[in-house]
Amino acid sequence: MLKDLFYFLVYPGLLFAGVAGGFLSWFDRKITAMVQFRKGPPLLQPYYDFLKLLLVKETILPANGSRGMFLLAPVLAVFGATVACVLILLPMLGFHTGFSGDLIVIFYLLAIPSLMYILGAVSSGNPLAAVGASREIKLILSYELTFLLVVAGVILKSGMSIRMTDLLMTQETGGAVIGSVSGILLFIPAVFCIQAKLGLIPFDMAEAETEINHGCFIEYSGICYALIKLSKYILLLTLPAFLAALFMNGLHWDGIHILWSVLKILGVVLLLTLIRNTNPRLKIHQAMKFFFLYMNLLVIIAYILIALGI
Amino acid sequence: MSNTKIIPVGPYHPLQEEPELFKLYCEGEIVKDIKWETGYNHRGIEKLAESKTFDQVFFLVERICGICSTSHPFAFANAMEEIAGVDIPNRAKYIRSIIGELERIHSHLLWVGLAGHFLGYNTVFMWAWKYREPILDLFEMITGNRNSYAMFKVGGVRRDIPMALIPEVRKAMDGFKPKLDLLIGAVMDDPVIHARTKGVGVLTHQDIIQFAAVGPTARASGVDIDVRRDDPYAAYDMVDWKVIVTGEGDVFAKAYVRLLEMVESVSIIEQCLDGLEKEPEGDTEVKVKNIPEGMGTGRAEAPRGEVFHFVVTDGGYGPVRHKIRAPSYVNIATFKKSCIGQTISDATISLAAVDPCYCCTERMAVAVDQRTGNMLYSGEDLLKLSHMKTEEIRKKQ
Repeated sequence: MLKDLFYFLVYPGLLFAGVAGGFLSWFDRKITAMVQFRKGPPLLQPYYDFLKLLLVKETILPANGSRGMFLLAPVLAVFGATVACVLILLPMLGFHTGFSGDLIVIFYLLAIPSLMYILGAVSSGNPLAAVGASREIKLILSYELTFLLVVAGVILKSGMSIRMTDLLMTQETGGAVIGSVSGILLFIPAVFCIQAKLGLIPFDMAEAETEINHGCFIEYSGICYALIKLSKYILLLTLPAFLAALFMNGLHWDGIHILWSVLKILGVVLLLTLIRNTNPRLKIHQAMKFFFLYMNLLVIIAYILIALGI
Repeated sequence: MSNTKIIPVGPYHPLQEEPELFKLYCEGEIVKDIKWETGYNHRGIEKLAESKTFDQVFFLVERICGICSTSHPFAFANAMEEIAGVDIPNRAKYIRSIIGELERIHSHLLWVGLAGHFLGYNTVFMWAWKYREPILDLFEMITGNRNSYAMFKVGGVRRDIPMALIPEVRKAMDGFKPKLDLLIGAVMDDPVIHARTKGVGVLTHQDIIQFAAVGPTARASGVDIDVRRDDPYAAYDMVDWKVIVTGEGDVFAKAYVRLLEMVESVSIIEQCLDGLEKEPEGDTEVKVKNIPEGMGTGRAEAPRGEVFHFVVTDGGYGPVRHKIRAPSYVNIATFKKSCIGQTISDATISLAAVDPCYCCTERMAVAVDQRTGNMLYSGEDLLKLSHMKTEEIRKKQ
């Protein structure tokens, strides 16, 4: 019990994921700045941002909204993201072998933060937040199917087991999933799904600063917004780690493997950053078309290739 | 009407960092109606101009707008020279055109950057503004200021561009051309930009005529107007250039017109520099001692469209009536056509596509009782209020 609490709160849970996610957020902002000929923030900036919101800034509650849900949503978002992070990282760090079906649990846990953002936005009673929430719902509907198909494809490729450890074992012996043509075809939609899950351009229409003033999060301030930021930091670590587990032979935490693990995560974040800096924001129906038509098509082609054994 | 939500864009909104208010009446994501309010920042420039001398008015009208700060003095100078009946030396004409075109380049670059930002494409934003920087440095080299250049006066220009500076300007232009090509390529060939801007906020030829829109907004819809060609002033009839017109009328067409206009501007500047080299150095103005009684109109093609100044003089030291019409004031009216029926995402970029400039557009707002129609505050009431406030502040000290 105490051990589980330690896993959840300290390592590899809340504290570790928050700090590592903050670093990845800095990395993302620094690369963005380099692409845009700017200097970029100092290393500690994400932590300053978080602590300022947490400790200094006033928390303002919307006058005519459902306050309970409004306050609960960020907490649950952090909770969902953290549990997903723990479940993904534990088998890879060798602390725990996971349980049968943990992939399915992880899949659902990864959906929780987005759902909480929607609930928080709707309960704030702001029309701009309502627009943001409706966009986020449409976005979830479009990418979630693709994401499920991608995960199922990886399961299909590595021996029909819905357990993280088995997935990692098969990659250990049979080579990484991304090493094959069908693996690459699955990897491309996976990256875009993660981009959408993180709400990065071109899929940031739920926040869309210049259209609806950060949409979903418009009413959040102070501690609540700090928690939302924290959940985003954690997701920025969790999702690339999940991708590494699915496609790139997982992460290993011993010897020279530490370097490879860090490089895998940084590589995925770099890819996300580059996508977000070379595209304008899509409209919501364009995003739906993108996932439903093109990305699902890629996945289906990958399935055929898997059946052929390529 | 129960489903209709008001999505406010303004008075303070990340879309446009100037005080204005657009109310988008939306059903779901679709904009059903649009209303706008200006008057947050009315400065009474026309009235102020009547209390200033002709030389001071140049500095005043320059401050109407920070981005197209030379187009207003340009139009005012044209109006004054019509009244005084003077013909300025060729060297002054070339210098005026160079300043005007450099301003067009920096204004269009600013718009391209902002349009990118509004689409969430911050890389274009930063790159366009980086390329704008050498243009502002060039301004500083020529006029001493990065903005608000104070170059114009009745009968000529205040500062010469010395012969020694001309190679520097040429060098800056040569350095700018490849960057401009890069930017044009980046915007014209990006499929995602196409997806976001093509067929969005379409204004037909007919709409432009009905709303009397001007500038790149009109030229993107196939309306072939440009004051520089239709009513030549400064050196525009002494150089070879063409008006960029395209027919689609959507946001992409407006971007296309602005990007290609920058290429034309570079060509105009280079030809003006050629002309400048042939004229004797220092011949930059004719002395105008006094302005006779009369009235005159001045037009100039600002980056956003036609600027119109109407000036009445009585033979004294300053204008007795000064009327200004800035291009954004007419262009903003087209939102009624371009935004209704679009989604919020499309409406916001359509709002930005005419490059609206609110400091030109501000008109005085009067608070009226909705039932009786009477003015809530007269000028005297406001004066009384302000005196009361001053008294309060004094008491506190």
